[in-house]
Amino acid sequence: MIKVENLGKYFDNIKAVDGISFEVKKGEVVGFLGPNGAGKTTTMKMLTSFISPTFGTASICGHSIIDDSLSVRKNIGYLPETVAVYSDMRVSAFLDFAAQIRGFDKNERFKKIKSVVDVTNLNSVFNQEIETLSKGYKCRLGLAQAILHDPPVLILDEPTDGLDPNQKHEVRALIRKLSTDKAIIISTHILEEVESVCSRAIIISKGAIAADSTPEKLRSQSSFAGAVDVTFKAAKIGIFELLKGLTSVSQVNQLNNQRYLLLPKSGCNLLEEVISVSTNNGLTISDITVDKGRLDQVFYEITTNS
Amino acid sequence: MKNIAIIFKREIAAYISSPIVYIFIVFFLILSGVFTFKLSGFFEIGQADLKSFFGWIPWLYLFLIPAISMRLWSEERKSGTIELLFTFPIKIYEAMAGKFLAAWAVITSALLLTFTLPLTVEYLGKPDVGVMIAGYIGSILLSGCYLAIGCFFSASTKNQVISFIFTFVNCLILLLIGFEPFVKFFEGLHLPLWLLTQISNFSFFTHFANIQKGILDVRDIFFFVTFICVSIYCGALILENRKAE
Ligand SMILES: Nc1ncnc2c1ncn2[C@@H]1O[C@H](COP(=O)(O)OP(=O)(O)O)[C@@H](O)[C@H]1O
Ligand SMILES: [Mg+2]
Repeated sequence: MIKVENLGKYFDNIKAVDGISFEVKKGEVVGFLGPNGAGKTTTMKMLTSFISPTFGTASICGHSIIDDSLSVRKNIGYLPETVAVYSDMRVSAFLDFAAQIRGFDKNERFKKIKSVVDVTNLNSVFNQEIETLSKGYKCRLGLAQAILHDPPVLILDEPTDGLDPNQKHEVRALIRKLSTDKAIIISTHILEEVESVCSRAIIISKGAIAADSTPEKLRSQSSFAGAVDVTFKAAKIGIFELLKGLTSVSQVNQLNNQRYLLLPKSGCNLLEEVISVSTNNGLTISDITVDKGRLDQVFYEITTNS
Repeated sequence: MKNIAIIFKREIAAYISSPIVYIFIVFFLILSGVFTFKLSGFFEIGQADLKSFFGWIPWLYLFLIPAISMRLWSEERKSGTIELLFTFPIKIYEAMAGKFLAAWAVITSALLLTFTLPLTVEYLGKPDVGVMIAGYIGSILLSGCYLAIGCFFSASTKNQVISFIFTFVNCLILLLIGFEPFVKFFEGLHLPLWLLTQISNFSFFTHFANIQKGILDVRDIFFFVTFICVSIYCGALILENRKAE
């Protein structure tokens, strides 16, 4: 539903976005990851046709962002990074305004507003002035406005920024719920968010795509992926050498008397080998964990190397 | 059309809930009162008409309207709502027209609040009601032109001061080229007659003065309406390019 082809935006000499291409299908939640200034917001502004690209193009539900901006905007729900809402209005009036702009008649508006207010938990502030709302409520109001017309494409720029942990949890649950029949892009620099809601992660760095994969696959690229952290019941001399001698080990670090961290050679399964060598030598394991890889590590490696 | 009405209603609601409109109305009423009664000696002249009141209108609006128009787009830019607005499925000119009409309605309301003046004149003597009505219509059209220029400059820059000054200067120039002393000055330059007519034809003052005489000529109304539409259209074009700045 979203198709991006060699999209680029230069601001004078700054290459904010430098030729990116990707596609997002219905049912996918794509996490747009990248350090500040990577070009996430600029890409989203082009996709919503708020700014026009320097080169390349993109389409939303088959409509070109360049030639058919109006159809693009009809098919998109957008939460801008600034969480722009008219602060001089009441929540109810603001949602009614958004619903009018989306072309709903009076009865439909009532139903639509009621349903988004329920899903975004805005009931308690429904008649309040937006000015007086906390950041969390404003953000949810922005989200309510974005999903009001049940658009096939959702573009959310840092939707959980500034929310407390409970609100974050709620918003993520909401995004997961919405994802079944939509194509969703959310930008974030919170890595746990990607793991909890995204089916796919695109890491962009300096305006270009540095990685495009599932969170699990990305995680397994980390140098810690498959590392074994093992603690033995009793300290014994010679354990270090024994572990060092394992065929799939690349490095052993002794963390304290009984605890060791083993890094695997790539593609090898360390866990089985550690367990079998322990039982063969009469060593009792009191604790053992396998690292699934760390997204933050991968993120760091990818975005600082390029 | 529907979108223009939606934007218009939102703007009006915003005006009503903000103090700016009330300040504008109070300023307008006080200043027009001071000018009419003190400076022009409304009662001393002893004529049953509103000439002295309408005579001040072009100069009064010169200060008051840029103060309203400078906020039109700068507020949306400052709060970031411009991004929300233009990622909604509406056309730029629709937003422009909605905002323009709402501000025009506010300015017109302030003008209509001077209804006590014609009532007073009516009480004092036998005024020509037609001339008074024409005076109001001319003032409304004139304010529309000032405001349309203001819309254009508000769309062009996010700086309110620049917007105010450019609107002020442009309105002033378009007034003066039809103002008696300046017309004399142009005549002194021995310019060809057709050019002189063209210059003064392009002035707000000429058309405003025509209507003040009580004659609603189609040509004067056409001038004002065209001027408003063209300014708004140009403002929409420039906003299309500068909305993201
Ligand atoms: N209007 C603008 N004018 C000039 N430079 C801009 C503008 N908007 C963004 N940039 C630059 O483009 C780059 C990407 O910004 P942005 O897309 O906001 O990054 P992100 O959202 O990933 O943090 C940054 O270097 C930023 O300074
Ligand atoms: Mg950003």
